[in-house]
Amino acid sequence: MARKPAKAGNRRGNLPPLSLHVPEPPYRPGDKVDYSHLPVSKAGAQPRPDETCEPAETHPLCLDLIRVLDEDHRALGPWDPKLDAETLRRMLRVMALTRAFDERMFRGQRQGKTSFYMKCTGEEACSIGAAFALADDDMVFPSYRQQGILIARGYPLVEMVNQIYSNRADRLKGRQLPVMYSSREHSFFTISGNLATQYPQAVGWAMASAIKGDTRIASGWLGEGSSAEGDFHAALTFAAVYNAPVVLNLVNNQYAISSYSGFAGSERTTFAARAIGYGIAGLRVDGNDALAVYAAVQWAANRARANAGPTLIEHFTYRAEAHSTSDDPGIYRSAHEREEWPLGDPVTRLKRHLIALGEWSLERHEAMDREVAEAVRVAAKEAEKNGILGQGLHHPFHTMFEDVYEELPWHLEEQAEQAIRERRIKWPEWEEGRKE
Amino acid sequence: MSVEEGPVSLHDAPTRRLTMIEAINEALDIMLERDPDVVIFGEDVGYFGGVFRATAGLQAKYGKNRVFDTPINECGIVGVAVGMGAYGLRPVPEIQFADYIYPGFDQLVSEAARLRYRSAGEFIAPLTLRAPFGGGIFGGQTHSQSPEAIFTHVAGLKTVIPSTPHDAKGLLIAAIEDNDPVIFLEPKRIYNGPFDGYYEKPARPWSAHPASEVPEGYYAIPLGKARIVREGEALTVLAYGTMVHVAEAVLAEKGVDAEIIDLRTLVPIDVEAVEKSVQKTGKCLVIHEATRTSGFGGELVALVQERCFYSLEAPIERVTGFDTPYPHSLEWAYFPGPVRIGEAVDRLLAAG
Ligand SMILES: Cc1ncc(C[n+]2csc(CCOP(=O)(O)OP(=O)(O)O)c2C)c(N)n1
Repeated sequence: MARKPAKAGNRRGNLPPLSLHVPEPPYRPGDKVDYSHLPVSKAGAQPRPDETCEPAETHPLCLDLIRVLDEDHRALGPWDPKLDAETLRRMLRVMALTRAFDERMFRGQRQGKTSFYMKCTGEEACSIGAAFALADDDMVFPSYRQQGILIARGYPLVEMVNQIYSNRADRLKGRQLPVMYSSREHSFFTISGNLATQYPQAVGWAMASAIKGDTRIASGWLGEGSSAEGDFHAALTFAAVYNAPVVLNLVNNQYAISSYSGFAGSERTTFAARAIGYGIAGLRVDGNDALAVYAAVQWAANRARANAGPTLIEHFTYRAEAHSTSDDPGIYRSAHEREEWPLGDPVTRLKRHLIALGEWSLERHEAMDREVAEAVRVAAKEAEKNGILGQGLHHPFHTMFEDVYEELPWHLEEQAEQAIRERRIKWPEWEEGRKE
Repeated sequence: MSVEEGPVSLHDAPTRRLTMIEAINEALDIMLERDPDVVIFGEDVGYFGGVFRATAGLQAKYGKNRVFDTPINECGIVGVAVGMGAYGLRPVPEIQFADYIYPGFDQLVSEAARLRYRSAGEFIAPLTLRAPFGGGIFGGQTHSQSPEAIFTHVAGLKTVIPSTPHDAKGLLIAAIEDNDPVIFLEPKRIYNGPFDGYYEKPARPWSAHPASEVPEGYYAIPLGKARIVREGEALTVLAYGTMVHVAEAVLAEKGVDAEIIDLRTLVPIDVEAVEKSVQKTGKCLVIHEATRTSGFGGELVALVQERCFYSLEAPIERVTGFDTPYPHSLEWAYFPGPVRIGEAVDRLLAAG
């Protein structure tokens, strides 16, 4: 059918034609990178309001950047959490362990041991600094990039690898995509593949805790890209209305797969500034500074525990590697960004701080790197005994039908029988009772 | 392969061998070129060209006004498409995976689907919502779903599913030209090669398949018309998407003279093709990958029963995915593969 193009309306006087703005990131592959335009505030220079202050008192911090570690690796200012050296070393070790774990699992995927993996390289301070600041029984509603929290809470690496390899020992019965962990025991909510859904859930858990007069709080996590979803705004609205005891973390790693943060609104204001519109407390923190992250989350957790309401925290960081094993960032961003990132690398910064304190050395660091790599290697080998994806060592077929409902309805029982019969037809040598 | 009865004859058009993803890209390219009102947008579709490369090169060719990235907000993606349609544009938004359509569901069901009706034709929503769907790539429960029946249940939406590069191009062009909202679900397992359900065998490229011969230039395959994949006498198979290839392979392996119908459009369905075939064969097998209960198969079985009851020589068989979320490690136990289909075929042949 012939159609005429959509017609513009009558021109109004001499008004110019309207034009559409589509954000464009500053750098594309091959571009030279210069971050000098990026405002990086002075470490130690940001005021630290009282934890129970009026939300508005925090709002200048939404446009600032809370930093503790300076260029000489000293901890400065009112946000310095003044952690003892032993705690700092533990934090550093979990960060190094998480990085080593990511390295090995990424390789495991490349070697065909599983279908998918996601690293959090460069963002370790956000999840791990927060995990150290929260109580272990504060509920976490994570996205897929908070493996650092699970590791910080002592979840066994072997269990993580079992899940990633989707093998017969996987506690989630091989049902979930790799890295979509769940551990009620570690107050770590089951991860969804659907972005941002966990944000209002975190608020709901916090509301429940308030309804019951509990003392535990909740924390929610998402990426800056996901903050465009309606769920983000639902969460903030409910958190504001009910003054929910929740710490809402937004990890701004600059990218959502190939899309830079401009497609989530960063050209207009900061992500922390969303808090201003909702009238809740907001903080914007150097996400590559483990001390600053710790301090910000501790501040927000204390505030929530004091019934003073929710806080939105923007963790300003950089996704140093690919989104996942499924993409090649070389196609959409400049490789120089990582080298030029003005906030450095979180592991290196904490390491240098400890060395500056005289509490650490390069030799000890190297020894620790070897130790964590070995711990990961041992865990991965152990898990491999339980199978890797696609090699037959999976959970029994019947488990596929369990947990859809509390009790198996007749139609799922029939379908389970069908699945098991199909298996017998395909592999006649298979017998009941034999290990699957 | 028969030539489509489209508005433009393909007799003279030279063909090349394309994958399904290339065919989709070409359809989008042609429509951007032909119709200045066509705009394409979605998560990662602009500069990057889409996570499956469906829109590769299109932003460079047509500019950011016509092909652009969006915020991660499916409600917004569908909602702005409805608004653009109200202005007179012909938006072709992409949802990165069909599993992520749900945040946009209200805009689709309550808005896009009903604008024409509630405004008595004053406003329409001529959008084509593309989304990869289906399993077979170890995507786990949120990269594997087949939600077609959720859309076929909504009055006002059309639902289209191609099974070959040739059809993908012609159907997508027709969908974009259609003045009603069309859900265009792309079986991602066969983006880069046909898949016959025998997953242990090496993957095959599209280039070895006759339906990868894609004519150059513009052609539309009318919506609402099924394709007879293979004529036969023994029984009728109703399928779409990936399952068309699985059915073909299983029935060929069993040496059954089946008539295989690729529905291509689920709503409005080509009821004439279905009736004619079942009246001839007297037996009917319905196949889809989606979960069973309230699946589109239920609708097909009811239609055949209502319209062909007196021709039927056996109960209609329905082969589907199981009524569970799509599992990760047990993907192939879930998938309605050769064994499940084979059993249903045996039952049909033994009956009557
Ligand atoms: C509802 C929904 N839409 C789209 C996707 C596909 N998707 C998966 S991750 C991702 C990018 C998320 O980016 P961001 O929130 O910034 O988090 P990051 O990956 O950077 O940690 C997209 C679009 C999804 N999983 N869920």
